[in-house]
Amino acid sequence: MLWKWSALWEVADLGIPTKEEMEQALYERHGRKLQDKFSSATVALCGLGGLGSHMAFALARAGIGRLILIDFDTVDITNLHRQQYKASQIGMEKTKALAENIREIAPYISLVLHQEKITEDNFRTLLQEADIICEAFDNAEAKGMLVNGVLETMQDKYIVAASGMAGMGSANTIVTKKITKRFYLSGDGKSDVADGMGLVAPRVMLCAAHQAHTVLRILAGETDV
Amino acid sequence: MVKINGELLDIAGKTVAEYLAGTNYNTKRIAIEKNGEIIPKAQYDTTILQDDDALEVVSFVGGG
Repeated sequence: MLWKWSALWEVADLGIPTKEEMEQALYERHGRKLQDKFSSATVALCGLGGLGSHMAFALARAGIGRLILIDFDTVDITNLHRQQYKASQIGMEKTKALAENIREIAPYISLVLHQEKITEDNFRTLLQEADIICEAFDNAEAKGMLVNGVLETMQDKYIVAASGMAGMGSANTIVTKKITKRFYLSGDGKSDVADGMGLVAPRVMLCAAHQAHTVLRILAGETDV
Repeated sequence: MVKINGELLDIAGKTVAEYLAGTNYNTKRIAIEKNGEIIPKAQYDTTILQDDDALEVVSFVGGG
């Protein structure tokens, strides 16, 4: 038995992989050319709820170089049914909780945290460094504010937004549309949480996956949908 | 004729704001694309729809 224990200790001593080992693994999986595009990108996540937290996981796994995480909220018990937080994180600021969770997957990712509400007055400052902006709000008017604001005043950015992922509708109704050269929209376009349908994890994840994959495709130069 | 979300409408000559006034859209929850570009909100009042314009009115609903 003794040798088994010592073998386990040796594994534990190795700890997490080095930055170079992680980079090498991403090169092997994605190819160097594509991975260089991912790792040199900065992506902003506006809202860290069901959409934002799942997008953060997908983008961190893909080796995006830098994520800007923005939310004003703290983790609540009613978030756990669809968001990437843990019961032990209830009460934590979402930016910090998500950063903690992402670092367990991608320990060397660069994270910029803004624990504040995105408004008409501050979005330009918060999003200045982003190549691609992901709208992941819950509130319909906030979505309208951000999408119009970015498209009107930050014309070098891409924005990937979401509308319609509440309820128990078919997974197959979640789609991504390209509205303008710089504006993509994922969702079914109509399932409103205000209609009392609630949100379930897989349908929100589908929409978040659409958005995250759109981000990767834009970075890869595949700008059609 | 003006095409809005795939539907042909006889509204050439109207402004975007005039068109919206006759619909159920909440202007805080939409974005409007015309011929490939977003119409700035401040220009809804002054943008006059012309024959062969193609628009898409994108609605935002809650949930995320």
